[in-house]
Amino acid sequence: MDFHIFLIQLLNGVQYGLLLFLVASGLTLVFGIMGIINVAHGSFYMIGAYLAWSLAAQVGSFWLALPVAIALSVLIGLALEWLVVRWLYKRDHLYQVLCTYGLILVFEELRSVLWGDDVRSLPIPAPFNYSIPLTDTLSYPVYRLWISAVCLAVAFGLYFVIQKTRLGMMIRAGATDRDMVQSLGINIQLIYRIVFAAGIALAAFAGMIAAPISAVAPGMGNHVLIICFVVVVIGGLGSVKGALIASLMIGLVDTFGKVVHLELGGVKLLPELSSMTVYVLMAGILLWRPAGLFGKKL
Amino acid sequence: MAAWPAVWHETMTESAPGTAVVLSTDCLTRHFGGLTAVYEVSLAARMGEVHAVIGPNGAGKSTLINLLSGDLPASAGRVLLRGVEITGLPAHRIARLGVGRSYQKTNIFLPFSAFENCRLAAQARLPSSMRFLRPASSYHALNEAAEAALAAAGLAARGGVVASALSHGEQRQLEIAMTLATRPSVLLLDEPLAGMGAEESASMVALLRQLRDSHAILLVEHDMDAVFSLADTLTVMVNGAVLESGTPEQIRASAAVQMAYLGGGEAIHD
Amino acid sequence: MSATRGNGWTGVLALALIALVLAFVPLVAEKFYVQFFAKILIMAIFAMSLDLLLGYTGLVSFGHAAFYGVAGYALALITPQYQAANFWTSFPLAIAVSALLAFAIGFVVVRMQGIYFIMVTLAFAQMLFFLFYDTKIGGGNDGIYIDLRPVARIGDWQPFNLDNFAHVYYLALALFVLVFLLLRMVLASPFGRVIAGIKANEHRMQSLGYGTFWYKLACFVLAGATAGVAGYLAAVQFGVVNPEMLGWHLSGAVMMMVILGGMGTLTGPVLGATVWMLLELWFQDITKHWHLLMGAFIVLTAILLPNGLIGLYGSLARRLARNHD
Repeated sequence: MDFHIFLIQLLNGVQYGLLLFLVASGLTLVFGIMGIINVAHGSFYMIGAYLAWSLAAQVGSFWLALPVAIALSVLIGLALEWLVVRWLYKRDHLYQVLCTYGLILVFEELRSVLWGDDVRSLPIPAPFNYSIPLTDTLSYPVYRLWISAVCLAVAFGLYFVIQKTRLGMMIRAGATDRDMVQSLGINIQLIYRIVFAAGIALAAFAGMIAAPISAVAPGMGNHVLIICFVVVVIGGLGSVKGALIASLMIGLVDTFGKVVHLELGGVKLLPELSSMTVYVLMAGILLWRPAGLFGKKL
Repeated sequence: MAAWPAVWHETMTESAPGTAVVLSTDCLTRHFGGLTAVYEVSLAARMGEVHAVIGPNGAGKSTLINLLSGDLPASAGRVLLRGVEITGLPAHRIARLGVGRSYQKTNIFLPFSAFENCRLAAQARLPSSMRFLRPASSYHALNEAAEAALAAAGLAARGGVVASALSHGEQRQLEIAMTLATRPSVLLLDEPLAGMGAEESASMVALLRQLRDSHAILLVEHDMDAVFSLADTLTVMVNGAVLESGTPEQIRASAAVQMAYLGGGEAIHD
Repeated sequence: MSATRGNGWTGVLALALIALVLAFVPLVAEKFYVQFFAKILIMAIFAMSLDLLLGYTGLVSFGHAAFYGVAGYALALITPQYQAANFWTSFPLAIAVSALLAFAIGFVVVRMQGIYFIMVTLAFAQMLFFLFYDTKIGGGNDGIYIDLRPVARIGDWQPFNLDNFAHVYYLALALFVLVFLLLRMVLASPFGRVIAGIKANEHRMQSLGYGTFWYKLACFVLAGATAGVAGYLAAVQFGVVNPEMLGWHLSGAVMMMVILGGMGTLTGPVLGATVWMLLELWFQDITKHWHLLMGAFIVLTAILLPNGLIGLYGSLARRLARNHD
């Protein structure tokens, strides 16, 4: 493979992986701290993208739309936690899965009612709407580099808040012993609400910044969700480090799987079966490590 | 995981003539990160004997039982059953070799009746439960074994009661009954008397005396009266290691043991 | 759920009665409703198969549609072009395919606990979905049409003709009764008791000497094979298979049926499938955005009705009994 093509795919793979990490970290956060599995998490990726698209169209500027969309996502998250999620805390995971699956249907249909079923697109916003030339014929979009940078920045921000601030300390304490924290006078309910809103805001934010480079389409949330599951399973539940490594692995495997040609015994495997690479990777890792790379056995 | 012999009989094998040692350990050790819960413990449980393991709280006694039953893998050392190494085998394989254990924290099937608890335990003795046709209730041998186990543990009248509705003491009795229903030759009992009233304790001690002749019994207990009246051999553990091992008289007379207990706040009564 | 349920003959009698009533449907109803009832029977089989995992073993599989869809595709793929397949070979083959797939996936997945299991089953189902969606094996997005239904000929005798929608209905009814009785038998067998024990306390089962991995795997295979029965019937009924038959929306729907009816019983999933299909019909009549209503219904059921309709009935019955005293 030509070096520049390789570089482009490498950068794409990393960018995709970092975007996945953003979404997956929201999922892991909510599960690790609140014990809630939210399969509608992917729907917020979709909601973020659609919010960005519709607000940008109305306001005329992506950058103005972004903070508004983020604020709206947070509000939706808070409302959802209050309305639905808080009834699920002590329940078996089965019911959490079922309930949030119902939410997926609701959100999909709301999206259909509000914004229709057509595939939308969003122009890459200035000042990042240019490409860095690599060779005479190849260049790389700066916006994608910006996405990677933002994801990394958010990841560091998350780490900082959770590990180094008082709020983070309360959150971590609430994860290990909810009742104890409550008896200390800290409003655990509020903390959970904040964590949940933050979790889905992460997914929504990822959807927003990804919107200009991917299609804003129905079903985009579901696909992301399932890949997130694979990330969490490979990386190990509760491990942010694992989620990062797994996201990057998946980003690279998926990206290269689409461009590499692989034929075994006359059967064309890649790129024909590229959408399966991620799952094959998952199966392989699970056979080796049933709890994921860095997971603790449940 | 230890390699075990290629030919492996899941039935009782003859113990070598001259020794009645059924279950023994050799420098058994278990670490949890930086903490050593069990340190180089070597002991033996003999057929026809009750071997009690005592010691202050945190001495590693429950961990030891978990190592013997296969609930926990060992960090180092060996566990031998009739001279054959079983270190590293999973709990269910060890159970099938005739080692039964009861739990300190009652570990029963709460949604089932007391009878069903024992019946399911007895069913484990079948070579395989991959049987799909006849109803389980038609296996009369298992039903009888369950009834016998319940009766032995003093629960003959309570078979039809759902386990979650039993009193705490009765649940402890059920815990033992289930272990008995699998007809093991080795009994590992983790605080069998915990949570029992005086009358129930006396029945349990009487039961253990009865079982002693045909079993090798290793038990962890805090009830010193029961221990001293029942045990043939005592092993005292402190901080994960064996402090001393011997007959009840030897242990009672030992200054080191007195120190360990008085230091830890528990006195041995005469 | 108590350990001894469905005492002997009352359950079988009830089933016989219901089957008898249902046998009259093609004689009195028009084609749409006959096919609708057949669909309910198919979903009932599918739901019972999932309940084996959900309600009886405690394994929450979110990818169960994989085994349903694969059986349908098996029929579609071995049906020669412009010819009909042989029912007596294609039916066992389809079930075998589902069972084999369940064994392969189960082997990897059954050792996992809790939330991992849920996510991994979903992921594997998606993998299969993409296999059929993206490749030419399964005709891609459009699926495969089964122009000619399988033929059930033995020598010169043809016991039923699957081109006739009433015959398809009766086949579905017969298989439903068969599956119900079979599962009932298995659940009462020593194997069934092991499964119940694993759900109640897997650790203790291992401590008693049961190698729980193999029992869970066997149950997973049984559930997969049974789902295959439903999938084959669906392919016969609709005459087309498409990737949605492996999709997670179907996995979610069948999960909903089991919980709505009541987990851990055989009648629960049947009831749940019936209610769900009726609701779907009703909601679709109300608005084109009926998914909204479905979704809201699912959310409410998950929160308010953990024991399903059967559980609701049970607690109401208990309350009435108490007021009586």
